[in-house]
Amino acid sequence: MTASAGATIEAVVDTVEIVADQVVSLVLRRTDGQPFQPWQPGAHIDVHVGDGLVRQYSLCSSPEELDHLRIGVLHVPDSRGGSKAVHALLAGTRLTISEPRNNFPLRDSRRYLFIAGGIGITPLMPMMEAADRAGREWTLIYGGRSRKTMAFAQQLEDRYGADRVRIVAEDEVGRLDLDGILGMPRAHMLVYACGPGGMLGAIEERCMGWPPGALHTERFVASSLGAGAANEPFEVELARTGTTVTVPNDKTILEAVEEVGVRVLSSCRGGLCGTCETQIISGEPEHRDAVLTEEDKEAGEVMLVCVSRAAAGCPRLVLDL
Amino acid sequence: MTATTHEANVLGDDPFETANLLDPYPFLAKLRDAGAVSYLEATGSYAVAGYEEVYEVLTDFETYISSGGLGPRDIRQDSGWRPPSILESDPPIHTVMRRALTGVINPGTVRALREPFTPPAIELTEQLAQRDRFDAITDLAEKYPLRVFPDAVGIPDEGREHLLPYGNMVFNAFGPENYIFKQAFAHGDEHAAAVMRNCERENLNDTGFGARIWDRVADGLITEQQATLLVRALLSAGVDTTIFGIGNTLSVLARYPEAWARLRENPKLAKFAVDEALRLESPFQKFHRTVAVDTVLGGVHLPAGAKVLVFVGAANRDPRKWGDNADDFDLDRSASGHVAFGMGLHQCVGQPIARLEMEIVLQELLQRVAAIEPDGAPVPILHNVLRGFESLPVRITPA
Ligand code: HEM
Ligand code: FES
Repeated sequence: MTASAGATIEAVVDTVEIVADQVVSLVLRRTDGQPFQPWQPGAHIDVHVGDGLVRQYSLCSSPEELDHLRIGVLHVPDSRGGSKAVHALLAGTRLTISEPRNNFPLRDSRRYLFIAGGIGITPLMPMMEAADRAGREWTLIYGGRSRKTMAFAQQLEDRYGADRVRIVAEDEVGRLDLDGILGMPRAHMLVYACGPGGMLGAIEERCMGWPPGALHTERFVASSLGAGAANEPFEVELARTGTTVTVPNDKTILEAVEEVGVRVLSSCRGGLCGTCETQIISGEPEHRDAVLTEEDKEAGEVMLVCVSRAAAGCPRLVLDL
Repeated sequence: MTATTHEANVLGDDPFETANLLDPYPFLAKLRDAGAVSYLEATGSYAVAGYEEVYEVLTDFETYISSGGLGPRDIRQDSGWRPPSILESDPPIHTVMRRALTGVINPGTVRALREPFTPPAIELTEQLAQRDRFDAITDLAEKYPLRVFPDAVGIPDEGREHLLPYGNMVFNAFGPENYIFKQAFAHGDEHAAAVMRNCERENLNDTGFGARIWDRVADGLITEQQATLLVRALLSAGVDTTIFGIGNTLSVLARYPEAWARLRENPKLAKFAVDEALRLESPFQKFHRTVAVDTVLGGVHLPAGAKVLVFVGAANRDPRKWGDNADDFDLDRSASGHVAFGMGLHQCVGQPIARLEMEIVLQELLQRVAAIEPDGAPVPILHNVLRGFESLPVRITPA
């Protein structure tokens, strides 16, 4: 929480394990032997992979065990080099990472439906563990091309049973039947989905028939999360108010703006309802909400300040606040 | 699972009695104080009025279903007066209809309406600012949504005069078949037929929400009948509610001159004022759910088939949620979480449109009116489930 902007930790690769075709799992420990800061399901870390490249990877270990962190990395041949660099790592290699951060928190609910596409399984694993420990009703639907490409599939099925963990391998039974899976909304059930953009788009469309706010997603771009930028601090100029605030890496624009006494109408504060939509006067946003259409995101005229930030390389946003 | 249950508090008061419709708040306070769940002898239904219970009923749409209708009768038992709408359906039927609507009405599509919605508000408020007194309902609240909303849906000019009487029928039918209901249904067939005609594809223009809804028939998501019903849902749910939303906001602000002055200084606060006014004077006060399976709520056993009257207007004034000043308008309060638009599965699809209309009217009025105050007593409307005014005379100081 109090980590200053860009604070990093030195870590060492403890073990490297191939967990599926093209997927390795890395266990990391701190070089100083200290435990990591407590984290919640859905969290990720930045991994500095060399040449100034920073990639984000979801944690798939247990938040109960802070002596190590585990990430799963899919090797994407045409990626800009992040996954390749990570795949080249050997046990004993030192690398620079960030403390865990969370853009995909698990909200309390009586029931959960988890939907994973491929390597999108990783952030959902600590979520299932937490839901299970809290005695919540939950199901995982895990889609992938074939079982051998699906990391942790067998392990999850063995641990929780096939009635709660449904493995949908395309070469066996075809693609995920999203109409069947999402055609009957359930009360008090949240949907957590992580996977490639195409799958999430299809899920978002179907969840328009669910209670507003039921769906929570995290998008994978190539092999890593989000657009690849870490939560860097940046400045927001409030054009109407005439002040400028700095948004630190551990605060949202909404929080930073509210702190200086400027009001923004908000409701879900999670990028789900659209209430906090704010006009952008200049600057480039990085959209992290589940509300705006792709065209809106492209146009860059508005943003949802409860989750979205400035794009990498954009130090200043000017907003109509 | 064997939680001890007790009997619901039985109340003799009738929420649909004239006095309770004209000024609902004393009765609602009594109902809230009577316990988590009450049984109303007058209507033969259970009632919830506290925020917590209202929230629970609205979010547990498997236990408290909508396909029994929003009125006191279970429309699954006898056929209702019209084919069930999206409001009166449960998943999975509700699911595809809701998908179709949300795909059409969302922050992106509604944002584009600010431009066409603004000039009529300027025109109306410019005219009113030249007078020293006017009726905020008949001269403004009733006029504005009718100027902009039917165009947004894309219906022809012909037959628009049926929208208000039809909305009046639809909403009054969420209450008992009393004299108010009967009056609303006086020329019912005529109004219903005229509105239904305007829901047909050939009568809708190519640019409005109506045509976009019909597009979803072509891609197989909904049937032609569902498209008609969805356009009908917009036309019936989107006019009266917004009129009352505007009227109620002005009725509150006319009583709080300091708030008006602050809003003039900072018109960006207009949407907060609207939100707080919706909490305090919720246009859609109450509607029913039907208990699907025996259940327990607030320690009270509710049998399957029972009707529950959900008082969102009371939940929005529950002191346990909003504090001791729950009955006051407070521009600094965060009204976020109010249930004036419902909550959960059936939460108002038109919310962004309604908010946009209310914000635009208020902002344009703020620009031209320095002060606004009551000019005689407002006349509340006699309506089974909506809260609003028939007349709201105000005196103004032009800016
Ligand atoms: C201030 C104005 C408005 C208020 C207070 C309001 C209130 C509500 C409430 C309380 C519900 C939920 C009812 C339930 O849970 O059974 C609802 C649903 C609905 N509203 Fe609104 N409404 C307003 C404006 C509008 C507008 C402008 C439109 C049309 C564009 C609209 C269309 C609908 C529809 C179609 C539903 C049904 C949604 C569903 O069943 O999934 N409303 N409204
Ligand atoms: S407050 Fe809901 S999207 Fe920002």
